[in-house]
Amino acid sequence: MKPARFDYAAPATVDETLGLLDDDATVLAGGQSLVPLLNLRLAQPALVVDIGGVAELDYIRAEDGALRIGATTRQAALERSQLARDDWPLLHKAVRLVGHPQIRTRGTVGGSVAHADPAAELPVALTALGARFHLASRRGVRSLGAAELFLGPLYTSREPDELLVEIEVPAQPDGSASGFAEHARTHGDFATAGAAAVVAPGRAGIALLGAAPVPVRAEAAERALAAGAAPHEAAELAAADIDDDYRRALCTELARRAIAEATP
Amino acid sequence: MRISVEINGRAYEDDVEPRTLLSDFIRHHAGLTGTKVGCEQGVCGACTVQLDGEPLRSCLMLAVQADGRSLRTVEGLADDGELHPLQRAFHEAHALQCGFCTPGFLMSMEAFLRERPAPAEHELREALAGNLCRCTGYVAIIEAVESAAREMRGGDVQGG
Repeated sequence: MKPARFDYAAPATVDETLGLLDDDATVLAGGQSLVPLLNLRLAQPALVVDIGGVAELDYIRAEDGALRIGATTRQAALERSQLARDDWPLLHKAVRLVGHPQIRTRGTVGGSVAHADPAAELPVALTALGARFHLASRRGVRSLGAAELFLGPLYTSREPDELLVEIEVPAQPDGSASGFAEHARTHGDFATAGAAAVVAPGRAGIALLGAAPVPVRAEAAERALAAGAAPHEAAELAAADIDDDYRRALCTELARRAIAEATP
Repeated sequence: MRISVEINGRAYEDDVEPRTLLSDFIRHHAGLTGTKVGCEQGVCGACTVQLDGEPLRSCLMLAVQADGRSLRTVEGLADDGELHPLQRAFHEAHALQCGFCTPGFLMSMEAFLRERPAPAEHELREALAGNLCRCTGYVAIIEAVESAAREMRGGDVQGG
């Protein structure tokens, strides 16, 4: 199918973009989730605001120890980033599992977050890493954690006049290691379940994909791991609240693999 | 909107609606029908082309987003009538039957081999995952890409 008619705007700056956002507008970044929805006419916005030309949102840099990723940074750019690979390797592991190379060429980090697909890898990795999400509007800028941003499948607390501008990933403690494990029918398919883990001495961040309609932190497992629990013990705790037997079994095993990878 | 897109070294200028997909611009405005359109939702990979050398799904991009950019399609692979090593290897290894998916495979694999000239088989299988073929069962496609990779590296075309 083909998209229904829409008006198109291609602003050059964040400021210009914010002036265009309202209830009838949809933001187009890499288009790898939005264009299928347009093609199937599941989305029929009056105005598509293409932020692909907003150059000021395309960056990956370290600042005061934190990693700052501009919203329109391509997934392929994150995959190639030596900075991310060296100091936030969980992101490198997760982004390689996003769709296929042909998708990552166009898909953006911000788009993956703002679209909030419950099967998406990057939101889960960012949740485990304790990332902050910066939303700008003409009313100002606010910064949210994962639990405040992700409300449901394809549903975030971003207001229609807001634009996700930056993702900030805090410095990881010395000696931290990470792991990401997922199960998909074939490589590149949407994952059925997955787990992300960052473990440092006395501290752990674990998030699950497929355990709930949004990425969830496994806090009981994090506390147990920080107190010295074995990977399989922490993994059982991580998935303990999942009702469905299959999903619980899957999440337990994937959490165990991710935690084991992060605790060499 | 008036846009101009360079495809295989030639400029194509035309009026398009914002909703016109790049795949439709390539086929209907530029008349380059080598690029095929399968699922139109980013799953099958048949419409894969290269934008500034990188592979992408042309059904997941609006034509207006390609304004002023440089594209390469399957028509740009052969050099003055001489088939690209990948095209020749697909032909020789019988890596196509109906051929509908082939242009997408070729454009994906050409970009992949530039980045990984000597891929391990599991890397190649992973790289192929974004393109669906319903005829061959993939085995001949893997053979063809490995054979082309050897030739492009200047090695033995027949053996290992």
